[in-house]
Amino acid sequence: MLGSLTILLLCQLAGELITLALKLPVPGPVIGMLLLFIGLAVRGGVPRGLHDTAGGLLRHLSLLFVPAGTGVVVHLGLLGNEALPIAVSLIGSTVLAIAVTAWIMAALLRRTGGEDRA
Amino acid sequence: MNSTLHDVWVYLAASPLAGLTVTLVAYQIGLWLHERCGRTPLVNPVLIAVLVLIALLTASGIEYRTYFEGAQFVHFLLGPATVALAVPLYNQINQVRRSLGALAVALLTGSVTAAGSAVALGWLLGASEKTLLSLAPKSVTSPIAMGVSEQLGGLPSLTAVFVMLSGIVGAALGTWTLNLVRVKDWRARGLGMGVAAHGIGTARALQVNEVAGAFSGLAMGLNGLATAVLLPLLWRLFS
Repeated sequence: MLGSLTILLLCQLAGELITLALKLPVPGPVIGMLLLFIGLAVRGGVPRGLHDTAGGLLRHLSLLFVPAGTGVVVHLGLLGNEALPIAVSLIGSTVLAIAVTAWIMAALLRRTGGEDRA
Repeated sequence: MNSTLHDVWVYLAASPLAGLTVTLVAYQIGLWLHERCGRTPLVNPVLIAVLVLIALLTASGIEYRTYFEGAQFVHFLLGPATVALAVPLYNQINQVRRSLGALAVALLTGSVTAAGSAVALGWLLGASEKTLLSLAPKSVTSPIAMGVSEQLGGLPSLTAVFVMLSGIVGAALGTWTLNLVRVKDWRARGLGMGVAAHGIGTARALQVNEVAGAFSGLAMGLNGLATAVLLPLLWRLFS
């Protein structure tokens, strides 16, 4: 558990440093994910401890968005002024993007064969 | 607030205990309501927790900044959790490799659809220019979205709010949307959630199915990359 957490933090730290050094437009943790992925591919498997720690963190991933989400409170005034266009834009575009992406992906996968159905 | 209560608060505000505790309690309330309502995605635990905390902060007059000083310990874990997404991704590597071509096409189309339709709908209903520019990058993970928003001339802090709301909308309406367009493939379902609703959508996808979660996490990362590179270019082209 502790060792796995150290690995995750080391990957994140390396990711942050790479982002800074190369001035990448991507956040450090995303580069960290890539580094860990490469590490796992080179090693050829996920160690038991890392599997459990990652699973534990990801099981409660939703919780981790709560503090930032509460930041909505700072902009309640602005949101109220343009409530209708903002609400329609956010709901409409999110639903549309989910539908378009998934539909195209499913259509292309059907053509290449090999399904993994719900 | 009377003075004794105020003294208690001043004492508590000095340590992260209060902010941390109310965050966990609010989330537990969200989980409990989610269970009580038959686990419908419409009653999203993040949404409930955020509403509870907003009510609490508004009623008590506590500033968001003060609350966040404690809650940042939860927030911090987003970094290692993002790194941890490499694990489900690695477990699905064969699936990813086999669908790479389809994935690239669907991802780019979805990325443009998310940004384009957000701006178009806001513009049709008369949103201000600042709002439109802040809406454009709202489907990607917040550090990328805030950077892009700044480049376009939007308000990064407002973009952060739109990112959160998009994630919650995606997590709440995703299952319904995917059933509506009759997409049954877990890879496609996950990809849609990740492109439109970044980490919050990925959290939801992971709860439903591991393949969907892996594709959602991958889509979140790749869409962040695509948006960071393409959106400023597209904007310069059209303005």
